[in-house]
Amino acid sequence: MSVAAAVTPPAVGAEAPGPRRAGRTPYLLLAPGLAVLAIFFVAPILVLFFTSLMVPVPGGDIGQFQPAFEVSNYTNAIREYWPIFVRSFGFGLLATVLALLIGYPLAYVIAVRCRSRPTLAQFMLVLVIAPFFTSFILRTIAWRQILADEGPVVSVMRALALLPSDGRLTATAFAVVAGLTYNFLPFMTLPIYASLERLDVRLIEAGQDLYAGPLTTFLRVTWPLSLPGVVAGTLLTFIPASGDYVNAALLGNPGTRMIGSIIDSQFFQVVDYPTAAALSFILMAVILVLVIVYIRRSGTEDLV
Amino acid sequence: MTAAQVGSPVPVRVVVGAQRPPGRRPWFSQGDWVLPVLAGLALLYLFVPIAYTIAFSFNDAPRSNLVWQGFTLDNWRNPCGAPDVCQSVATSIQIGLIATVIACALGTAIAIALVRYRFRFRGVTNLLIFLPMATPEVVLGASLLAQFLNIGAQLGFWTIVIAHVMFCISFVVVTVKARVATLDPALEEAAADLYATGMQTFWRVTFPLLLPGIVAAALLSFSLSFDDFIITYFNSGNTDTFPKFVYVSATRGIPAQANVVGTMMFVLALVLVGIGRLISARRARSGG
Amino acid sequence: MADVVSAPSGADLELQALSKAFGDMVAVDSVDLVVPAGSFFALLGPSGCGKTTTLRMVAGLEHPTSGRIRIGTKDVTATRAFERPVNTVFQSYALFPHLTVLENVAFGLRRRGQADATASAMHALELVELAHTARRRPAQLSGGQQQRIALARAIVNRPAVLLLDEPLGALDLKLRRQMQVELKRIQTDVGLTFIHVTHDQEEAMTMADTVAVMNAGRIEQLGPPAQLYERPTTAFVANFLGQSNLLLGDVQSQADGVLSVAPRGGADRRPMLVRADRCAVTSGRILVGVRPEKLHLIAGDGTGPGDEDVPAYTNVVGPGVVVDVSFSGVSTQYLVDVPGAGQLTVFSQNIYDGAGHRPGDVVRAAWALPHSFGLPGDQDASAGREAV
Repeated sequence: MSVAAAVTPPAVGAEAPGPRRAGRTPYLLLAPGLAVLAIFFVAPILVLFFTSLMVPVPGGDIGQFQPAFEVSNYTNAIREYWPIFVRSFGFGLLATVLALLIGYPLAYVIAVRCRSRPTLAQFMLVLVIAPFFTSFILRTIAWRQILADEGPVVSVMRALALLPSDGRLTATAFAVVAGLTYNFLPFMTLPIYASLERLDVRLIEAGQDLYAGPLTTFLRVTWPLSLPGVVAGTLLTFIPASGDYVNAALLGNPGTRMIGSIIDSQFFQVVDYPTAAALSFILMAVILVLVIVYIRRSGTEDLV
Repeated sequence: MTAAQVGSPVPVRVVVGAQRPPGRRPWFSQGDWVLPVLAGLALLYLFVPIAYTIAFSFNDAPRSNLVWQGFTLDNWRNPCGAPDVCQSVATSIQIGLIATVIACALGTAIAIALVRYRFRFRGVTNLLIFLPMATPEVVLGASLLAQFLNIGAQLGFWTIVIAHVMFCISFVVVTVKARVATLDPALEEAAADLYATGMQTFWRVTFPLLLPGIVAAALLSFSLSFDDFIITYFNSGNTDTFPKFVYVSATRGIPAQANVVGTMMFVLALVLVGIGRLISARRARSGG
Repeated sequence: MADVVSAPSGADLELQALSKAFGDMVAVDSVDLVVPAGSFFALLGPSGCGKTTTLRMVAGLEHPTSGRIRIGTKDVTATRAFERPVNTVFQSYALFPHLTVLENVAFGLRRRGQADATASAMHALELVELAHTARRRPAQLSGGQQQRIALARAIVNRPAVLLLDEPLGALDLKLRRQMQVELKRIQTDVGLTFIHVTHDQEEAMTMADTVAVMNAGRIEQLGPPAQLYERPTTAFVANFLGQSNLLLGDVQSQADGVLSVAPRGGADRRPMLVRADRCAVTSGRILVGVRPEKLHLIAGDGTGPGDEDVPAYTNVVGPGVVVDVSFSGVSTQYLVDVPGAGQLTVFSQNIYDGAGHRPGDVVRAAWALPHSFGLPGDQDASAGREAV
């Protein structure tokens, strides 16, 4: 099952039938698009890599660098910012787990429970997808207002003693993780939905026929079969969540800064391009490791 | 909850209550309310900020839309009242349309090639298309910025378009590929069998059947482009798109008109996605 | 508008040493074939035998590795699918889902720029009795209706050769029988050359004028159905078309055009008699074959009192033991284990009430001399039998 196709509404239909044709045509079809990706994705990444090894021009202005092989950019960056990396991946992981806990039941209900009521399932899917189209920034700012000190949520929680009387929700790590979870929930839910939608209900019935109760059936039948969707959703959630910084910027405080905002400030405020590039690459490296593990297990055909 | 004990003469214990009679399961069994309630709560959770955004679009707060000050329709009557809101929306729409058209054309070609043709370096191609989706936006934005800076390009409208085309292609490929995979190659063979040349086959058979996928890809691409913040922020110079405008004015106070735009977007998305799903549901029923 | 190589409607089809290899795998191995104009030709064989690949090469959807294809007098090997006067009824029908039934049927006519495409298409729909569905979409029709639309869409173009790729496979039994009659009727009415690919031997035998049995890329035997059935020349054909009992033996002598064959395994068994003109070989090892419906069972092992004697020019095998009796109304199928000869299958028509023998009965199996046929003894006696 495709990792990213799962984000989009699944098409009704099976794998591509029939043999594939050879010839010159595929190269003509591929050339323009791959050229764009080569020039505007691969090349920039390479440029970024070289930038990460640059050194400041001696005696030059801020923002002037010259090509070099300064590996110490990386070691310095790690030494200085490793807590923030840990925090970013930690937040990403937390958000992913929470999204899984919230998104899986949702996907399950839509994909399995509502199978006999397709219009209801379609309606719920629309409800899952639609918030996705409202401006991401507006949604996050809305959360900031909702969780604000003067807002209803905090007041209720204070009244219920869930929060100390001077406790707050905004500008906390809690808010950041909550924001991350919220914003990436559809990325988790949709792939799981796509996986579960293909689940043959008769398999669940077979499990019950063979004396498995609801929990056992879930653990031994449903969960393993939905695993491709879970893995896809996990990748699609964890990766952007770790690199995000808008949530941290709007909902957090300087103590909750994520690596994304460090990179941003290195680029635009400190104007230290090599460090910014090095940080980006370290982030990329971790992500790539995950992707490679995934490819090792499932091959590249299912990626796209 | 147990099963037969292997190797033991004790007869199997039938699990009470967990067995259902064969045949159609009831849609809603008693005691099974937990999951639907959880799902309902999750959906509610998804909508809280949307509801807030919609509500505050009616807020009577000329400058700073932070505290509720009263209900008004003024914002709706005058959506371009606040400066820069409409300008940024217009910019976002233009960028979205241009990027979508280019990305759809390029992506559809790639999707067809991937599904229907044999060629070398499939693995590399799949990886190349997948990586932009897997790369954190920060890295994508930063690397493009680095390259633009290095070649001395002017940051602005067109660098944003280029950036958007770049990351939209992958999503278009994925969406259209799913649709191409459902296309029975026998249909194109039948067209050839019935005297249609290659071009005729493409325009009369392949393209009409791919159209729903291409439309879905276009919608996805447009919304990704419109809503993009991080990559745009890195590569926009002084040009404002709507998300960038909202972010930048977050500290000052976002004008309520921004909420109006957000609400309009939401309603439009709801309508479009709803229509799309209805059409595909009806088509699935009549077997299109 | 495609420039179609023209050929008279219902032309001869000739395949010369046609081969197709996919890498190392040879799907079609030097096939030679002539299909006369206006005949109904069946290409029969198990899955993977190369029949569909052959069909696709004729249609132009597959390019031959070597060999030539001639339609009428024109060599069409190098032409492409849309240039050939050949139309196909696909196994999955391949009806265009986004076009109406009428537009589907008119598709080929429009591509060729025919002036009154709509009228011709309606006429073709009337031929298959589905004119009332003209404005509907294919998905709204049943399987049988879709099949007929696919047929109309192909026929309306009056091709030189019409190819049918297992068109009845998806239909249920009753509908299939009906369509078999329909197809035959339309073929004789319209006078086109039909090439029908199928794995269903009953279908091939009932519909076709000529049947070619294919196996592993080669044609095993070609001829009218009755000839293939009564006088198979290979074990594969003997087992694939209907069923056969094949008994191994060595030719002892020949007299008056009749071979005497000493059966293997069972020194005291009578020699089997088979006419020399019904044999593929006349000396050495030979497989003597007889169809199950030609056998009849005689009670007893020949030694007991009251046991029938078997006349001189009748073949007999046995004694053996009945191990299975399957009564199916019209007939009964017996499986008889004969030591040294193996298991014989016997179909006994239900002339006397019900099954005459029971499991455990000792019987002999007999058949008349003219019903034997002979196959080369080195062939695999189980070739062509369906695997369970």
